Amino acid sequence: MGKDLFARHGVPVPRGIVAEDAAAASAATGDLGGTSVVKVQVQIGGRGKGGGVVLADSPADAARAAGRMFSEGFKDMPVTRVLVEERVPIAEEFYTALLLDRSTGGYLAMMTAEGGVDIEELARTRPEALRRVPVDPLLGLRTYHVRELTGVLPPRAREGAADVVRKLFHLLREEDATLVEVNPLVLLEDGRVIALDSKVTIDDNALWRHPDLDELRAAFPIDPVEKRAKDQGLQYVKLDGDVGIIGNGAGLVMSTLDVVAQAGARAANFLDVGGGASADQMATSLEVVLSDPAVKAVLINIFGGITRCDLVAEGILEALGRVGAEVPIVVRLDGTNAEEGRRILTEANHGRIVSAATMLEAARRAAELVGGGEAA
Amino acid sequence: MSILVGPDTKLVVQGITGKEGTFHTLRNRAYGTDVVAGVTPGKAGQDVEGIPVFDTVAAAVRETGANTSMIFVPPRGAAEAILEAADAGIDLVVCITEGIPARDMAEVHAYLDGGRTVLVGPNCPGVISPGQANVGIIPGEICAPGRVGLVSRSGTLVYQIVHELSQLGIGQSTCVGMGGDPVHGIGFIESLTLFEQDPGTDLVVMVGEIGGDDEERAARHVSERVTKPVVGYIAGFEAPPGKRMGHAGAIVTGSRGTAAAKAEALESVGAKVGRTPTEVASLVQAALA
Repeated sequence: MGKDLFARHGVPVPRGIVAEDAAAASAATGDLGGTSVVKVQVQIGGRGKGGGVVLADSPADAARAAGRMFSEGFKDMPVTRVLVEERVPIAEEFYTALLLDRSTGGYLAMMTAEGGVDIEELARTRPEALRRVPVDPLLGLRTYHVRELTGVLPPRAREGAADVVRKLFHLLREEDATLVEVNPLVLLEDGRVIALDSKVTIDDNALWRHPDLDELRAAFPIDPVEKRAKDQGLQYVKLDGDVGIIGNGAGLVMSTLDVVAQAGARAANFLDVGGGASADQMATSLEVVLSDPAVKAVLINIFGGITRCDLVAEGILEALGRVGAEVPIVVRLDGTNAEEGRRILTEANHGRIVSAATMLEAARRAAELVGGGEAA
Repeated sequence: MSILVGPDTKLVVQGITGKEGTFHTLRNRAYGTDVVAGVTPGKAGQDVEGIPVFDTVAAAVRETGANTSMIFVPPRGAAEAILEAADAGIDLVVCITEGIPARDMAEVHAYLDGGRTVLVGPNCPGVISPGQANVGIIPGEICAPGRVGLVSRSGTLVYQIVHELSQLGIGQSTCVGMGGDPVHGIGFIESLTLFEQDPGTDLVVMVGEIGGDDEERAARHVSERVTKPVVGYIAGFEAPPGKRMGHAGAIVTGSRGTAAAKAEALESVGAKVGRTPTEVASLVQAALA
């Protein structure tokens, strides 16, 4: 996705062709002069280390590499597209990044003459090698910022790098990105400076300003259950344990995962139903959580502030009527109208529902039910 | 005593005529908050249950002397609503709105820097000084007046921990929900500074979560500037790297922003850190004994 945005903002990148099968990867390599770099297109990082980037010395080589990516996938994700890029003659490698720095609330531009390094490691061990320039969001990137940044590079790379940085900042602002990272930024033997690999993070809160980005993003696979939850407006993250978690509020849900872990079990997911927790949202949440075959018990942890627990209880019962459940569901209701909510659940006398009075007790019950808990 | 909101608060609500705006305005008034005005462009001259509505914050301030604003404006207009309140001379802006683009907040942040207006939020539950004033959506019923200050990035963890404290008979001076966005107004450091100066606060509970380095910087501040005892809680020990956990700001990037690092930072400066909300309440009880 980064490369598409780079092209839109005129950031120089190697020529590249998207291929959706091995034959297309072979043909693309032919068009690029007989050699190429084949890269998987997925929405996760670290593809350079996991076999997601392969140098191809011939069209047949590219076809083999692409064929393997399509058939094996990458880090458990299906691969539907690969990018076939020209191999460029590299003289030197650098690094640059522009980001929204949450510790200052402003922008930060960074550059170093050392390419292919772990930037966190460099910042820690040799901070003087990493030039950091804060940029006021109201002023924008000025000439002196660019001069200060590119001053860390060898003189013959400065002009080209300045051009790249200006375009990256434009991209950062105009596309509502919170991070634009180029690693490596390369000086070619002919003196041009281009972005060889990139990462762009777009602010989800600003997607309404960029309907086109949503489409671009849709072209890249994400976890199918996560996608379903997202389509329903729920915050869902798949984890690797067996206790399904539903709660209201991101902090409370994170805290629930931790308390379940302390009780001796592991959460299967993070799911925040958000404020209001209607019967409908609860039903969808239960559907999403129960669709994960790893889930052996569910823990619903609701602290009713504005959310009323009696409505949540009705929502849970309605949801169970709609989706059914083959695993036990531990419910903890507290806060606004909690007693009423618990009474509704008790009277319903539903075979799968286990009531718990506190968050700690709920976590212990859930852990026992999946066989991982310590004796309470 | 208390910080940020109290008996002197005169509240104007931006977005008062929306469903959420009306609901929470009336709840805040019922709690005892002095709600003096509302603002909805185009609805000047109307009222919400007797609260006069104005077209602009400037007009509301002129006519009613409002000094605090609460914002329920939808995300597309919320950043501008904050700027409007600041330009109208409002001292404290509490922005409840969730989903404001980070770029807009970066601009607001730069504009407010060094000025007189203090911002709480956005994407926050607000501020309550139990028994005095409630500005936001924290349910007043779970709070009790007392001498413990609380500041939290998460809204529902404010509720959970306040509830645990109240059940042990421990009341609160002020509870501040600072919000979970990456670019926000008042943070741990500013809240700790205010609590340190407040004669009505004996101890501060700091509720953090994964992502960013607010807690680490707060820990340094605690070691240098805070004499009152601090009890901490950090959510997100089980959060995997690279995944955003609900809040826009709750994400572990690389080796940074982990719950373990934050808890360690706080413990290294002498703060006690509870591993569950229940343990936090017991640590507070022990510290006050």
